[in-house]
Amino acid sequence: MTATDSTTGAEIGRARRRKEDARLITGRTRWTDNIVLPGMAHLAMVRSPVASALISSIDVSAARSSSGVLGVWTGRDLDAEQGDLPCAWVITPDMKHPRRPAIAVDRVTFAGEIVAVVAARSAAEARDAADLVAVEYDDRPVVLDMTEALAPGAPLVHPELGTNENATWVFDSGEAGTGQSAQAAIEAARSDPDSVVIERTYRQQRLVPAFMEPRSTVVDPTGDQLVVWSSTQVPHVARFLMSVVLGLPESKIRFVAPDVGGGFGGKIHLSPEEVLTTLVARRLRKPAKYTESRSESIVSAHHGRDQIQKITLSARRDGTVTALKVDLLADMGAYLGIVTPGVPILGAFMFNAIYKFPAYRFSCTNVFTNKTLTDAYRGAGRPEATFAIERTMDALAAELGRDPLDLREQNWIRHEEFPFTTVCGLVYDSGNYEAATAKAKQLFDYDGLRREQAERRDRRDPVQLGIGVSTFTEMCGLAPSRVLGSLSYGAGGWEHAAIRMLPTGKVEVVTGVSPHGQGHETAWSQIVADRLGVPFEDVEVLHGDTQVAHKGLDTYGSRSLPVGGIALVKAADKVIDKARPIAAHLLEASADDLDFEAGRFTVRGTDTGMSIGEVALATFAAHNLPDGVEPSIDADATFDPENFSFPHGTHLAAVEVDTETGRSRIRSYVCVDDVGVAVNPLIVEGQVHGGLAQGVAQALYEEARYDESGTLITATFVDYTLPTAADLPNWTTDRTESPATTNPLGVKGVGEAGAIASTPAIVNAIVDALRPWGVDDIEMPCTPQRVWRAIQAGSTSGGAQ
Amino acid sequence: MGTTRISVTVDGVTYTDDVEPRTLLVHYLRERLGKTGTVVGCDTSNCGACTVHLGGRSVKSCSVLAVQADGADVTTIEGLAGPDGALHPVQQAFHEAHALQCGFCTPGMIMEAVDLLNDNPDPSEEQIREGIEGNLCRCTGYHNIVKAIRQAARAGTAAPTSAGGAA
Repeated sequence: MTATDSTTGAEIGRARRRKEDARLITGRTRWTDNIVLPGMAHLAMVRSPVASALISSIDVSAARSSSGVLGVWTGRDLDAEQGDLPCAWVITPDMKHPRRPAIAVDRVTFAGEIVAVVAARSAAEARDAADLVAVEYDDRPVVLDMTEALAPGAPLVHPELGTNENATWVFDSGEAGTGQSAQAAIEAARSDPDSVVIERTYRQQRLVPAFMEPRSTVVDPTGDQLVVWSSTQVPHVARFLMSVVLGLPESKIRFVAPDVGGGFGGKIHLSPEEVLTTLVARRLRKPAKYTESRSESIVSAHHGRDQIQKITLSARRDGTVTALKVDLLADMGAYLGIVTPGVPILGAFMFNAIYKFPAYRFSCTNVFTNKTLTDAYRGAGRPEATFAIERTMDALAAELGRDPLDLREQNWIRHEEFPFTTVCGLVYDSGNYEAATAKAKQLFDYDGLRREQAERRDRRDPVQLGIGVSTFTEMCGLAPSRVLGSLSYGAGGWEHAAIRMLPTGKVEVVTGVSPHGQGHETAWSQIVADRLGVPFEDVEVLHGDTQVAHKGLDTYGSRSLPVGGIALVKAADKVIDKARPIAAHLLEASADDLDFEAGRFTVRGTDTGMSIGEVALATFAAHNLPDGVEPSIDADATFDPENFSFPHGTHLAAVEVDTETGRSRIRSYVCVDDVGVAVNPLIVEGQVHGGLAQGVAQALYEEARYDESGTLITATFVDYTLPTAADLPNWTTDRTESPATTNPLGVKGVGEAGAIASTPAIVNAIVDALRPWGVDDIEMPCTPQRVWRAIQAGSTSGGAQ
Repeated sequence: MGTTRISVTVDGVTYTDDVEPRTLLVHYLRERLGKTGTVVGCDTSNCGACTVHLGGRSVKSCSVLAVQADGADVTTIEGLAGPDGALHPVQQAFHEAHALQCGFCTPGMIMEAVDLLNDNPDPSEEQIREGIEGNLCRCTGYHNIVKAIRQAARAGTAAPTSAGGAA
């Protein structure tokens, strides 16, 4: 085998530099938009500028005769073959579920919906022709606000449904038998002088996932076969859905995710554009490509968050929490995407967070509006839950005059209480909130900053200091298939991996997850190098092409490592199991007398042995194998997790708020995350950094805003105020390690942690700075204007200053 | 539509082409020259993913017409490494510091960083953050990008790139 500096058995935990980087830093990338095929047609979409209208007429004649145009199609032209884009999560039996066409036929329900598609020789000619398509709209009234949408007589987004309510989903710990009745506990608290009831309403603004690579699709039809390259997180799911939507045999479709430039949930779907590119390519019997512009992406690709959260929390005056009740409104937008109605449910079991609530009730009403659909965005449901509970715990601490960390500690699950069954019935397998908090407080200098805060208050410094706390947990590693089934989700949550032992001793790893920036090629190499005792450099990771990685459920919900990584371990163990009898035969020993360590089988008590690579070569030759043993030590495994994983951490933010201008500046940010065992600490840190940035962006900067006619007015990065390097601080990250007990690597997920934890830490800090002004809440994003207004309102209503 | 003849040196190779006057430099690079290392991340000149060097200075190649590059020297990410494939110190620093995840913003970010260091070989953290303000990243939270640029600065790099690499 190749001699390298790899020390087998020591890869997990090592800060390996990434294998992926070589092509990415030199421009030798394989983005979908880079693909050019002979005779390829380029597509452009015509999109509705209005949010709700009947399509009166579409005149495509000028476009059709424009230079280089191969064809122009409207919804009427394609309706018979376009099918219905599916939603995989029917959350209640009576859920209202509108048909979602890839291209609008008779009416449009949001601004940005596709009404015509043009194919031309070049992208520029397609765009030119698209501008010549004349569409007349007969405007219908729009409904944009969730409360108005539910009011009697509101305009209906989908008149055939008879309502704008998609579904109402309820969990009640009293009814489920996992706890007491929250309603009863809160009623009792209201009349108990020794109890307090905190009621708050929070708004989760609408966000744009904002992956950097615009979505792109190339489709090459050859006879009955279709090859689809697409900028997607979910090539396997998309292939399945395309087969269902278009009625094509799944076996005829090959889906490839080449280099994919970020996703954050924004690329988990079969998109209208993927369907239309396929339909046009089939009609033209030529390859076709569609790449969205950024403006099109922001307007029409799915958004995230957009909830109104009404929170009721009761506690005894000694600080012990007694009940939590959550009433949500969640904006679906105009259609249901793959998991749109289920996003709030992914948060439903997380509002109780790390605290020992004895009673809990959750109710969510999903609402249709004439806006872009929402769906999964980094954290999907859990950031919303974490924000609400962490804001409310701070409100309780303020009400009781307690330190927010002390109050949390009084209520959280102590490390010796794991495994702990929550009021939702989830079993948290491991964690140590004390350890993470102690480390974070020390790194942050919590006591010193509290002293400085008091001094600034005393001297009435115009720049006040706020300290924000967020002690989060989340559920990830989606997911145990049985649990998904019990929630009426339309698929399972297993993952697949295969290992091919090449005769030269090199190892090919096939994984069903589909990376788009996470560094799986590096981390998977480390896992296999350790497990099989082969050099890191000798492992090649293959993914993202359904012809190569034929089976998988792809990447989202921080599932790749805790589910896909474990499938990999199980496949590696099978390789060793298959190699053992062959090695025993060749070493003329009993299989029971062989030890396998650091990549070698050795006969116990001797120095006789052979490497797994030598076994691979002998198996390839197959000249001398034991009777009845197949000539292969390749193996695969499909792993279904027994539980979710529950990373947690303590995030502390120090934010300076200029009370004269309303400007907030993050002075320091410390987080100590416990994600179990870290396979590659460098990658873990990078995931946390990026998550923090997105969470902070929600707290301070970003919002997808519509005007009263339903036009998105933040359709560029500048208008959306996506943060730049100058808008964000350095992060201080550290870890504690409570290994997961439900998988052999002890790993938890890390992809979403930073985004889940950081938003409430920042808003808590700003509110903490301004409590002397009577400020109790500031709506996100906490722009200088909103902060300044809150200070003014607080001052006039009798705040301290 | 009429065309205009231009002559441009890109990554050390001179090309003479007829282009539509409206053709953006980034489209010329990608579609005519196959320089797909330079990418398009937006249509409003905000993201900086398409940053290249024109006459030794960074530009967003989506906000330059190909005809404006007539007679000029252009360096893209593909021409940054040495003729033997040796990485530019900024490329190396991005790898070492884990300054990229999905990598889509990376070519533009690296070209901008090289330009920044050409101007100021020893920038402070704040100067780096302001210097790359025109280049957006969604994966890294910028922390490791800033770190990589500081590392490259400490390595005393700031190698001029206007001469471009060999083909």
